[in-house]
Amino acid sequence: MATTTAQQSPDVEFMRPQRSLWRDAWQRLIGGSTGRIGLTIALSLALVAIFIPVVMPYDPLRDRDLRVRLLEPSWLLSADDRVQRELGLMSHPFGTDDLGRDVFVRVLHGSRVSLTAGLFAVSMAVVFGSLLGLIAGYVGGWVDTIAVWIMDIMLAFPSILLAIAIVSVRGPGLFNTLLAVGIVEIPIFGRIARATVLSIREQEYITAAKATGVSAPRALFFHVLPNSLAPMMVQATLSIATAIISIAALGFLGLGAERPTPEWGTMLSDARDYIGQGKWWYATFPGLAIMMTVLGFNLLGDGLRDALDPRLRR
Amino acid sequence: MVFLLLRLIPGDPAVYILGERSTEQQRQQLREQLGLNKPLFFDFSDEGELLDTQYFIFMGNLSRGDLGDSIMRRTSVADELRTFFPATVELTLSALFIATFVGVITGIAAAIRRASLFDAASMTVALVGVSMPIFWLGLMLQYLFAVNWRVLPISQRIDENLVRNVDMITGFYTLDGLLLRRPDITINALEHLLLPSIALATVPLAIIARMTRSAMLEVLGQDYIRTARAKGLRDRIVILQHALKNALLPVVTVVGLQLGLLLSGAILTETVFSWPGIGTWILNGILARDYPIVQGGVMFVAGVFVFVNLIVDMSYAALDPRIRY
Repeated sequence: MATTTAQQSPDVEFMRPQRSLWRDAWQRLIGGSTGRIGLTIALSLALVAIFIPVVMPYDPLRDRDLRVRLLEPSWLLSADDRVQRELGLMSHPFGTDDLGRDVFVRVLHGSRVSLTAGLFAVSMAVVFGSLLGLIAGYVGGWVDTIAVWIMDIMLAFPSILLAIAIVSVRGPGLFNTLLAVGIVEIPIFGRIARATVLSIREQEYITAAKATGVSAPRALFFHVLPNSLAPMMVQATLSIATAIISIAALGFLGLGAERPTPEWGTMLSDARDYIGQGKWWYATFPGLAIMMTVLGFNLLGDGLRDALDPRLRR
Repeated sequence: MVFLLLRLIPGDPAVYILGERSTEQQRQQLREQLGLNKPLFFDFSDEGELLDTQYFIFMGNLSRGDLGDSIMRRTSVADELRTFFPATVELTLSALFIATFVGVITGIAAAIRRASLFDAASMTVALVGVSMPIFWLGLMLQYLFAVNWRVLPISQRIDENLVRNVDMITGFYTLDGLLLRRPDITINALEHLLLPSIALATVPLAIIARMTRSAMLEVLGQDYIRTARAKGLRDRIVILQHALKNALLPVVTVVGLQLGLLLSGAILTETVFSWPGIGTWILNGILARDYPIVQGGVMFVAGVFVFVNLIVDMSYAALDPRIRY
């Protein structure tokens, strides 16, 4: 829209430089250190997750080499030791695990598992949450009462406990884990969507849309829902962080991904048995990966919030 | 809701307990013993026995404080709860104590020295702390303190040799040691308690520190603080008596909310440190599909959660005289 007017009369462009809400927000996001660091971490992780199968193909089923079981990170080994074992300085930068698998490779491939699982869980929560919230807010009455009641009960429950209960219903496994984590997050998005509907439904442009013959679902999806886009994006980013940590936690409890999937939480669960023997590297690096990822998405979420809602800025 | 959720789990506890090779007759007998052969909600097949069902028997027992018996061990769930609960309470409370105490002090210090090196450093640490997977932190603490430096025990609640022939009074080992005049028990229990409570405290601590800092900053900018300073009051009095009191309300809210987080975290921390509390107990119940344990445990935790929230709500009134119920 802005471009067409600008082409017609050059002086309009001079008076009103091209600035959209999103470009403004983008600049604020990049401008703050919080958002910038978060974005950098999240993007680098996404790049690793996308390109790792091309750069370092990996087959978890075949990967084992018992000759190099529980080896220290190779740069910590003495030069003689390395020569004897025919290893380079960076052959196993994060050491090896109990089956002689390279921890570095598994941690990198773990990013794929965690990011996909986190994204999937949150997308599910966003879709079902906003649907639930929209319907509850629009229909009102007893439907709204029951929906809010269910959401409140779910929010009141310690989330890990609820997720564990759901996993125990469906049995362990990565898919069930992310399903459980997604279900737990549904009410958070339901509330945002419902609040938007309640604050928007009586606005004049909605009445105008209805008057022009727009159907109720169309009005909801195209005129009401876009208003919750900003809070939804912020919440979704923060929720990815929560989802990744919950999926890892369930993996750690032995309810998550089946072995030998290189999932960070499951790796930690295996590594737990070797902590007492002083094999620190096995647990250290998957955990660091979880922390960095969660930190990245938390920072990005905070940055997005500052960028999308300048009023909240301190 | 808990009842429904658990009954919908596919899988037959009878097969689980007796093993795959048991005969159908044995299984049927066990189901009868456990009452699992009765209908779930209403029994329409038998006149006058409409309410003789799993749900109503369960609710009836619940109202008498009877949570049923564990399927695996055939012991009373309420009794098991009594042995495991103090361990979780001890862990949760000490974590809450560390988180609140250290968190509030850090928050105040950061707010007073705003934009100083201490402020920046502590808030960066707090930011990382919020993103910390506590089960990993627990493993790292175990490695450093128990394996590498060998200064603290790696897991469990207490040295079993110490308490083999001792009758505990409350089940809180630290307290029992004092009551029984056995300081060695208290010290040993505290040594075991330290690492798990630090691990469990980390995330709430970070959140409390951030909250205290921002609440203090808001209060410190108010007019009455300037007035207090103008009167010539010493900094300490202004900060502790004028500012802190008013900054405390949002902090109490956050502390209350952290209890839910602590209960969730307790499951993970207990697993890392083999802590014999409610968390490990429920988790084992789930893995063994021991319905009464999971049912009783989850219901109990939810009840505690609601009770704690009530206490937190009531404490607002004590802290802020403007709030009346």
